[in-house]
Amino acid sequence: MARRGPLAGVRRCALMACGLLLVGAAAGCSREAQSTLHASGDGARRIEGLWWLMFWISMAIFAEVMVLLGWALWRRRRAGARVRGGDALGMVTVLGVVAPLVILVVVYGLGLRDLDALAAPPQKASVTVDVMGHQWWWEIHYPDRAGAVTANEMHIPVGESVLVRLRMADVQHSFWVPNLMPKTDLIAGKLNKTWLRTDRAGSYRAQCAEYCGQQHAFMALLVVAEPRASFDAWLARTAQPATTTLTAAQARGKAVFEQSSCASCHTVRGTSAVGTVGPDLTTIGSRWSLGAGAAPNDAGHLAGWVVNSQTIKPGNAMPPQPVSAQDLPALLSYLQTLK
Amino acid sequence: MSVSTEPAKLDQLEQEWGERPSLHSWFSTVDHKRIGRRYMVTAGIFFIIAGLDAMIMRTQLARPNATVLSPEEYDQLFTMHGTAMIFLFSTPMFFGFGNFLVPLMIGARDMAFPRLNAFGYWVFAFAGIVMFSSQLVGKAPDGGWFGYVPLTDKPYSSGINLDVYSLGLLFLGVSTTIGAINFIVTALKMRAPGMSLNRVPLFVWAIVATSFMVIFALPALNVANAMLFLDRRFGAHFFDPAHGGNTLLWQHLFWIFGHPDVYIIVMPALGIVSAVLPAFCRRGVVAYPLLVLSIVTISIISFGVWVHHMFATGLPQLSYSFFSAASTLITIPSGIQIFAWLATMLRGRIVVRTPFLFLVGFIVTFVLGGFTGVMFAITAFDQQVTDSYFVVAHFHYVLFGGAVFPMLAGIYFWLPKITGKMYAERLSRWAFWLIFLGFNTTFFPMHISGLLGMPRRIYSYPGDLGWDVWNLISTIGAYILAAGLLLVLIGVIHAVRRGAPAEDDPWGGDTLEWGTASPPPPYNFAVVPPVHGLHPMWDERTTTALATGKVLEGHQAMTTSELDGQVEGTIEMPEESLLPLAAALAILVVVLGLLWSWYWMAGVGALFVFGTVARWLWPPERSPEEAGVA
Amino acid sequence: MTAVVEEATEPRALASEMPAGRTTGWWGMVMFVTTEATVFAALLGSYFYIRFQSGQWPPPGIEDPKLTKVVIMTALLLPSSVPVMWAERGIRKGQRWRLRAGLTITLVLGLGFLAMQAWEYSEDLKKHTLTTDAYSSLFYTITGFHGFHVAVGLLMVGWLLAASLRGSFGYRRHERVRLTAIYWHFVDLVWVAIFLSLYLSPRL
Repeated sequence: MARRGPLAGVRRCALMACGLLLVGAAAGCSREAQSTLHASGDGARRIEGLWWLMFWISMAIFAEVMVLLGWALWRRRRAGARVRGGDALGMVTVLGVVAPLVILVVVYGLGLRDLDALAAPPQKASVTVDVMGHQWWWEIHYPDRAGAVTANEMHIPVGESVLVRLRMADVQHSFWVPNLMPKTDLIAGKLNKTWLRTDRAGSYRAQCAEYCGQQHAFMALLVVAEPRASFDAWLARTAQPATTTLTAAQARGKAVFEQSSCASCHTVRGTSAVGTVGPDLTTIGSRWSLGAGAAPNDAGHLAGWVVNSQTIKPGNAMPPQPVSAQDLPALLSYLQTLK
Repeated sequence: MSVSTEPAKLDQLEQEWGERPSLHSWFSTVDHKRIGRRYMVTAGIFFIIAGLDAMIMRTQLARPNATVLSPEEYDQLFTMHGTAMIFLFSTPMFFGFGNFLVPLMIGARDMAFPRLNAFGYWVFAFAGIVMFSSQLVGKAPDGGWFGYVPLTDKPYSSGINLDVYSLGLLFLGVSTTIGAINFIVTALKMRAPGMSLNRVPLFVWAIVATSFMVIFALPALNVANAMLFLDRRFGAHFFDPAHGGNTLLWQHLFWIFGHPDVYIIVMPALGIVSAVLPAFCRRGVVAYPLLVLSIVTISIISFGVWVHHMFATGLPQLSYSFFSAASTLITIPSGIQIFAWLATMLRGRIVVRTPFLFLVGFIVTFVLGGFTGVMFAITAFDQQVTDSYFVVAHFHYVLFGGAVFPMLAGIYFWLPKITGKMYAERLSRWAFWLIFLGFNTTFFPMHISGLLGMPRRIYSYPGDLGWDVWNLISTIGAYILAAGLLLVLIGVIHAVRRGAPAEDDPWGGDTLEWGTASPPPPYNFAVVPPVHGLHPMWDERTTTALATGKVLEGHQAMTTSELDGQVEGTIEMPEESLLPLAAALAILVVVLGLLWSWYWMAGVGALFVFGTVARWLWPPERSPEEAGVA
Repeated sequence: MTAVVEEATEPRALASEMPAGRTTGWWGMVMFVTTEATVFAALLGSYFYIRFQSGQWPPPGIEDPKLTKVVIMTALLLPSSVPVMWAERGIRKGQRWRLRAGLTITLVLGLGFLAMQAWEYSEDLKKHTLTTDAYSSLFYTITGFHGFHVAVGLLMVGWLLAASLRGSFGYRRHERVRLTAIYWHFVDLVWVAIFLSLYLSPRL
């Protein structure tokens, strides 16, 4: 090992690193899920471009440093190798001050341009979404549409700018949709704003990006970009109170809901349940997940969540619910009608 | 080896300065070498504990939806890992190096304030014990090492955990401040005659710059922690927006400290690189004035970049532009150092030994960390990847690469001097390769998982997001890294117990510590070494003087002028004393009293603090003639 | 006696007398004062940060801090630096009576300051406490922390006085006086900053 010298090992590691990164990038490309490297939104695409530029500049300078290191190591083996005096001021100044200064000024300038572009959407926002961050879920309102309230899910029209207003209810959170836009924090007593815009329809997973307590890991959100028509339809459906005609079992489930502790924390518009501690459940049946990404939204998990959500998302604010074995199926079938 | 022509005087010096090994002496020592070793060993133990915290976390994160840890346990582990690595391991470890080496490198017999030095160690040890004890009882701080309010304020964190955090750090801060003051005064006043500022070793410059950063940065953290404690315990409203407070105030105060802190951590390490490199390039580091300028510039600019930790909080763009510019600029002085070291290697004749291998490892990893650092300086990019694993990758590259690699180089380099024993070269090379491989395997994939959208500080993650394989690789890397570090530990212990005895100067070093025995005698230098240049041990005038000069007798040390190192006089150095330990214990009583809400106990402790300090500084009885009365 | 003199003037004893130039103790105290000053700077910085984010200051319900007592406190504290300097100059010439007198006067003035602060607090606490608002949290923490520094300073002055009564100081040995003086002047300067920031500037 000593004979080959450390350089060989260093070179190997550098190559491995490049390879891994390229593989990672490729891997990122084949998924729609949370990633900055398969950017769809205007903001994220800018940053992705900036990233690759900085990446390749870094690789070039890294190569330069490795060459110098390698040369110094190789030099020691040569017969005439001797110690040279002098201060190499030229080399240090050019490589250490002048060249970096030029590169950094350019990169800084590009970064400033991008920061400015991120400050406001390209066109005026046609939709506004109000987000309220809670431990550990996202409350979503569409202020321009009375009654449009949901949780952990946000729809936006493709090709249009959406203004997102961020407030928090308890501790600091951060709204991060990597595919669409860099993150913005939710700060106490402060209204922060960001915007989203994408030309590509799809579902983009977002996640809280500021440590906010025990279940910070499961405070996710789905941003669905869809054509204007289907967005309008979704918004209308969401704003509508729960008015589906119910079967007998489902009606019984509704009664259970309204009369038990469910109603003290949750709202289902169109019923007598008007609790505001937990998320609005008017559209719970059609949500992408339970518990802001803690579990998939199917009957089995829903049952588990209702009976004892602490086993799925320990520490969350919902205590175990004393639902009897007869009532549970009815309750579940009712909840699944809430689309 | 300073072979004086007056052996009787050497014996007398040995008597004056030597501390007979005994239990009493263990508690009352004021010898900077013993205290320095103690700092290093204690910091090493804390490193192991904090490292084990990380190993458990990595085990949890190896697979999606794992159940090795509950969320609460995970939160305590990641908080303690960060807090301990930063506050209880890295700076104390470098203070240990500084303690042992600074007096030797400047040709002094001890630090300027030996008893204060001992006091600083005891406070550090007690603070560490208090904080780690909380982990034993499951009440460790769990708000992250950066403790953002409102999460860490009441009502969101109501246990004693965050009180341990704020009080523990306030307690520790006493030690760090005192250590910093000691280094500055020692470097200003106790340098060997002829060691003008332009002949001060780069390691000493680094330690002094670090100490100045501590002086100006630590107050912000102390104020923040005091405010947090008052909010939590006594209902103040510093951070409560409902009553006029502001949560961002915490972040500003914390990061005004926090950013200089990362340079406080790395700067001594960069000093070690400058200290170790000459021996393995057979020449001094090039462009000394540029390097000194870099050290000073970094220290100053580090106070002007803190908002880059708050780029996502929605502050005005103008403010962001300024801090982004400053954060970008601070790269330049760091780059100067890297290229100066590379130029030194190119102009020298490299000799490859284990310390040099770790320096190469440092260059590779620190430079990579520097690249991602520049990326983070660009606000728009930062906003996309901050709080993700990309930043975890970045700071581990600069902290592990930038601080731990040089630290390991320093351990191997100075082991012979500190212990008098040589390490085994083959074993240490295995350790290096395992560490280098393990480190990169652990942390490189985090760049990828961060870019793939994985946030940080999460106890688990779903399996369908593409993060699984990277996390698994990281965990495997962590085990390899741990194996490498274990080999370091084994190697050090083996060397101490069975290593070959080391010469005084096994490397042919250029600085004054190599002019003493291995390990040095209690008085360091019998003859005060005259300094004529940057590389005193490569200068015949100094080496001859060390061998044949006049012995400075008594329990005395020399003081010289701040700028030019001209002799001013001698001062009497203090004997061993239990007062430093007593004072540290008294402060411990205050801290525990506050922690447990036994305020009477805190009050009693405060009285004892006053009492011990008053006794400590009580002037001796003097006759009127001695005092000088008109 | 002769033996004592001889011993006192032996090169070794003189050698450990105050060397030329600034001492290690001087630098140590200066560095300590610097870091403490930074603490106050951070506190005052926080005060202004919160203040400039608030509307009315002090917030509604809390009145402007009253000036009368505070002016008297200032009149007690600032001049108290003078007797300290006078005492230090005196002991440099070996005049122990000057040292003792100066320290005593400073002690009295300092205690007066603290007594007035206690009186001020007793009145203020009826109107607002640490837990009323961020303003009050800042007010009591900053003035309280300064008061604590004054108290520590008085302990130092008192301790110095006790040592001087014991005869420890003279023209050859007075470094501790010098260092205590530095600390005391620092405490005074901080008071000026606090007075200007907390008491005067809201009225501007």
